[in-house]
Amino acid sequence: MDRRPPLSRRNLLIGAAATFGVPAVLAGCASGAPSPGTTSSGAGTVTLGSNASDEVPKKSLETVLKGFTTGQVKVNTVDHNTFQENINRYLRGTPDDVFTWFAGYRMQFFAEQGLATDISDVWREIGADYTPAFKAASTGIDGKQYFVPFTYYPWAVFYRKSVWRDKGYEPPKTLDELTALARRMKADGLIPIAFADKDGWPAMGTFDIINMRTNGYDFHISLMAGKESWTDPRVKQVFETWRGLMEHHQPAALGRTWQEAAQSLAEKKTGMYLLGMFVAQQFPEADRDDLDFFTFPEINPAYGTDSIDAPIDGYMVSAKARNTDGAKALIKHFAQAAAQNVATGADPGTLAASSKADTGGYSTLQKRGAELVSQVAHIAQFLDRDTRPDFASTVMIPSLQSFVDRPGEIDSLLASIEKQKANIFR
Amino acid sequence: MAVKTRRYSARDVTVLVIGLGVAVIASVGLVWGPTLASVVLSATDWSGFGPIEWVGGRNYGDLAGEYPPFWSAVRNNVLWLGFLGLVATPFGLLCAVLLDRRLRLSRVYQSALYLPVVLSLAVVGFIAQLVYSTDYGVLNAVTGLSVDWLGDRSVNIWVVMVAAAWRHVGYVMIIYLAGLKAVDPALKEAAAIDGASETQAFFRVVFPTLRPVNVIVLVITVIEALRAFDIVYAINKGRNGLELLSVLVTENIVGEASRIGFGSAIAVVLLAISLGFIVTYLSQLFKEER
Repeated sequence: MDRRPPLSRRNLLIGAAATFGVPAVLAGCASGAPSPGTTSSGAGTVTLGSNASDEVPKKSLETVLKGFTTGQVKVNTVDHNTFQENINRYLRGTPDDVFTWFAGYRMQFFAEQGLATDISDVWREIGADYTPAFKAASTGIDGKQYFVPFTYYPWAVFYRKSVWRDKGYEPPKTLDELTALARRMKADGLIPIAFADKDGWPAMGTFDIINMRTNGYDFHISLMAGKESWTDPRVKQVFETWRGLMEHHQPAALGRTWQEAAQSLAEKKTGMYLLGMFVAQQFPEADRDDLDFFTFPEINPAYGTDSIDAPIDGYMVSAKARNTDGAKALIKHFAQAAAQNVATGADPGTLAASSKADTGGYSTLQKRGAELVSQVAHIAQFLDRDTRPDFASTVMIPSLQSFVDRPGEIDSLLASIEKQKANIFR
Repeated sequence: MAVKTRRYSARDVTVLVIGLGVAVIASVGLVWGPTLASVVLSATDWSGFGPIEWVGGRNYGDLAGEYPPFWSAVRNNVLWLGFLGLVATPFGLLCAVLLDRRLRLSRVYQSALYLPVVLSLAVVGFIAQLVYSTDYGVLNAVTGLSVDWLGDRSVNIWVVMVAAAWRHVGYVMIIYLAGLKAVDPALKEAAAIDGASETQAFFRVVFPTLRPVNVIVLVITVIEALRAFDIVYAINKGRNGLELLSVLVTENIVGEASRIGFGSAIAVVLLAISLGFIVTYLSQLFKEER
């Protein structure tokens, strides 16, 4: 009488378990690193991990690779942000031979952990093509090179030539001249300095430049590396200077994206805008020739205008590279001026890192950018590339936003940054 | 005869073990395992790789004392819960009651109110930006104001909650509408015959019969409030006044040099809050069944 359930129900149970269990297990696996899917098929094939997932950079990379005839390249493109977020797991897993990355601290961070191959031998060949500033940005803490610069873009104060010609403005040389210019602009009905920080990172550019102008490049880099105290009077001075300029900044910055601020410059509502050269993207093709810039004016005569932010993108060889010789041949190809010129032709917001690059094909703006960079002694990589990524995103972004919101509360803000820094850099 | 005393055959036991075993393994491996792992990791200083260093309760100390976004996030999560529970949900109920009276064009109102529900909250976030942007937003353009709706810390959480509520109201409305349709009209008639006013009839007669629906709506509201993430992430990555616990967990754990230990500590706080609601809810439920 008391019969057990028929067989079909058992099968159903097993089936159900399989149905629910298997995808769950798969989902569990899927959260791992982006699978590079590399298969080393003898010498000659180099794998390249690329974050160039957008249309323009992807096309540009393909064209650049066509010029590489020494071997075959297998490109593994991963979405830009995913690539960045998974870099740790990627490099410790089964990375490609060559991968796209950023210069400066962010490169050193991984080189120090033994995740990148020393390419000093390549640098002995290509070294003459780069200025010392580029070499420094490619050098690890141990003094060896781990990175080949490919393209970069400088940060400067951008303005519309036509507006400035009409009103007779001149690029300021000192902080006082900048303030005087801002007052004139206000009197002329312009908002002097366009500003946006909804995304959190644009304000880092302002902090970087004021800090480098006030305290010099070395202090800035040392502060970024967690070696200086944020409660130092020198840091306080940076925020005091910034606070003085804040009244000339576009108000309500925390609700505005950099694109919107750039459009206000294009629409001649604002007078100038401190941003990377990519600001040109927001200008219609016809207006791009009207765009010009000056480097942020001198604050402390001891440092003049000897440093700027100019984030460099380039390539590294992973420590686990299977085809090291092929990888080195490929990065040598990337170091060639001709390869970089292909990329700068495709993307007018970038400049070639090699000093041998042909600037004849540059737009006016690109030419001015190259000129600016050749004049500076130090190139910083931008705050989020010069310091630990977790410090930049979880501490500096909220802190700078809070400063923009309440510029008066400098002491408590700096004390808070210092405490959080101590928790991260330990 | 003695053999007959065994109620389960070997095959039954096998099936039971497999059937239950898979469920238990799935539950432990996918729910309790990660949960316990988070609790354990929250007491470490792990960065995802390398040696795990025990730090005890230090992460919690740092969180409470030295991480300004944390308290802002706790406050916002509580506000979110309060706003959905005390404003959006009752408003959804009101809409349902009004629509249940078969107004003219009620289908049109119903669709209009329900429409946002099919949108993901991330999309609602993008729509909110089109409405609230300072320079190009519809709201400032129409009213002639120049308020920084999304950037000003004192107002942004409120306008974002309004956008979230826009979607929540429709959701709650459709559930209540279904519940109201199931209420026996005879009850209302009886109440009317006994001389109850319409309000009295609703609060004393109809609303109590909706009890099972109320429980579902309450649970949905709590879940929506605790899992809120996408809308603020779409707007400004959950920063500058729009911090939420879920965002802080993601912000700290996902990334190049992940602060897994610290992020886990935030996740444990979120877990503790969720458990508070779950335990209360379940104990209520079991009490009734007895």
